[in-house]
Amino acid sequence: MTTLDVDALLDDPAVGVIVCCGSGGVGKTTTAAALALRAAQRGRTVCVLTIDPARRLAQSMGLTELDNTPRPVPDIEGGSLSAMMLDMKRTFDEIVEAHAEPERAAAILENPFYQALSSSFAGTQEYMAMEKLGQLRQLGQWDLIVVDTPPSRSALDFLDAPKRLGSFLDGRLIRVLAAPARGAGRVSARVLGAGIGLFTGAMSKILGGQVLRDVQLFVTSFDALFGGFRERAEQTYAQLQAPDTRFLVVAAPEPDALREASYFVQRLETERMPLAGLVLNRVQDVRLPELSAATARAGSERLGDDDVLVAELLRLHADRMDSAARQERLTRSFTGAHPRVPVASVIALADDVHDLDGLQTIGDLLAR
Amino acid sequence: MSNRAPNWSRVRLHVVSGKGGTGKTTVAAALALALARGGKKVLLLEVENRQGIAQLFDTAPLPYKETRIAVAEDSGVVYALPIDAEAALLEYLEMFYGLKRGGYALRKLGAIDFATTIAPGLRDVLLTGKASEAVKRGEKTGRLAYDAVVMDAPPTGRITRFLNVNTEIAGLAKVGPIRSQADSVMGVIRSARTAVHLVTLLEEMPVQETLDGIAELRAAALPLGTVVINQSRQSELRPEDLQLAATGSLPESRIADGLQRAGIDPTSAVIAALEDEAADHAARVALQDAERERLLDAGLPTLELPYLPGGIDLAALYGLAEDLHSQGLPA
Repeated sequence: MTTLDVDALLDDPAVGVIVCCGSGGVGKTTTAAALALRAAQRGRTVCVLTIDPARRLAQSMGLTELDNTPRPVPDIEGGSLSAMMLDMKRTFDEIVEAHAEPERAAAILENPFYQALSSSFAGTQEYMAMEKLGQLRQLGQWDLIVVDTPPSRSALDFLDAPKRLGSFLDGRLIRVLAAPARGAGRVSARVLGAGIGLFTGAMSKILGGQVLRDVQLFVTSFDALFGGFRERAEQTYAQLQAPDTRFLVVAAPEPDALREASYFVQRLETERMPLAGLVLNRVQDVRLPELSAATARAGSERLGDDDVLVAELLRLHADRMDSAARQERLTRSFTGAHPRVPVASVIALADDVHDLDGLQTIGDLLAR
Repeated sequence: MSNRAPNWSRVRLHVVSGKGGTGKTTVAAALALALARGGKKVLLLEVENRQGIAQLFDTAPLPYKETRIAVAEDSGVVYALPIDAEAALLEYLEMFYGLKRGGYALRKLGAIDFATTIAPGLRDVLLTGKASEAVKRGEKTGRLAYDAVVMDAPPTGRITRFLNVNTEIAGLAKVGPIRSQADSVMGVIRSARTAVHLVTLLEEMPVQETLDGIAELRAAALPLGTVVINQSRQSELRPEDLQLAATGSLPESRIADGLQRAGIDPTSAVIAALEDEAADHAARVALQDAERERLLDAGLPTLELPYLPGGIDLAALYGLAEDLHSQGLPA
């Protein structure tokens, strides 16, 4: 197993973006924040884009409200750190507002279909995270941007979302549906086959004609605004292939998280996106590896009720050793499949991280 | 520590939600096994298209068909069904519009995917519709198809919107079959036949999300069941020893003495390591206790499942079902 040199990564001036991805519940946000803080303390001008930080962690970075703008974190020695929380709807709204004259923008923002799309379409959050990254990059105020990714079930969602959203909005079907109901729509429907006619008919009956009218209005105004949405989505996606971008896959030593990490590593290879390494959080710390689980457990049983305290302490140690052994087995199955991926392990801390000191501790552990 | 369990006998639809990574699918499966004890027939539903149930029961991916996956005491049986919104919509179109053959073409065009994404509410109506249909199946004849239905539902952050299909669909369809479907689903979900359980770990973020979820579900007048505390680590130490460990005042000479008798060389390194581990353990237990208090303040009954250092396999799943059963599920 090769060790990931975290400080070398953070110090490398050729690295402008670090994207932290992984399945939900593995500590992505904390990792992103800890890396950003450490890079800033090592002299870089850093912005961290978080998605859904725990309230106290957000507060510790001075993020008291979700205002979709980077705010400087006070009292950082070395370089500087700005932090922001993504508001996906607001980001989408801002794109619309930036590209359309007020009247047309207002019409889009009020459209019920737009509202559904911008607040609950699966993948919008992932897409908006990338849009925001693009905006931050363009501002040019930071020499390193660390990105946390949305808490999706699958790490791959982050990569698939823009294409999904793009092809959804640019799809043949939405164009047919969006065409005026009695004009071109009929013609296109005939071209595409009777299925569509049946479908629009059924959809109108089930959902009501209003829905289709909303879609139609939305696509018409949106199209005038952006041309092809798919093209925009592809550009947004392409920035992840920029030469200054690095990916860090975050996982915990659990089967599901490591399986996701494995999928993700393969996918990055396919897409030629540079993987910096794997961050393995919540690793069981082993303080006394020379006292084996078996010896400790046998000792504990020998004492039994004679010395409850020491029997307890030995059992506690045996459990930790077992847990560490299991984690190592799981990790080995990952490193065996991906021998060239460098790994940084972070031992499990007893307390949750919710202040800058805690983030600093995590940073130290990451770079150990 | 746990409040009293609710009156389970009337509940037939158990909706299991929780923050991602808390083990919601595992808990849903264990609950299904527990409810199937005593010769009952239970349906376990999955709605997120990820074949988590198949992985858990170590079987090949499940088809969109109610499939028998496990047995319980006294010929109890658990069936599983991964609900696929697309398939459900096709079924629906076929039922109401006779679109059987057209359906395949529509799917190829991506039309079905389109229809279920264009209106997230539609997807939810289809998914919850399938659950409420399974609950009601056989009610009229008095021969229930399933004694209970357990749903591995979307995560806490989305559960209220997911279940509140009526409100979601209101802006969308004011009349028509989807509207009546939504009304009928709400009839089941808002009744005493349904309980929403939230799975959490004793950690800050999941607990906060659970408390937020409870508040949202209450505000939407949706029926809450229990909070399931998953992966709870029991204290290995007696309370008095925990106290000593937390304050770093474990008696070193006594530990040395005990180690000697256990046949382990009591070097200062060994003693220091055991003390460190005990202090770490005490800190974890204290954190867990604080989070448990916050949960109990929400006033819901709780069920607690242990952390399993060996991970989850089929035997562990039955063990968890046993744990749930012993905490007040009906026999």
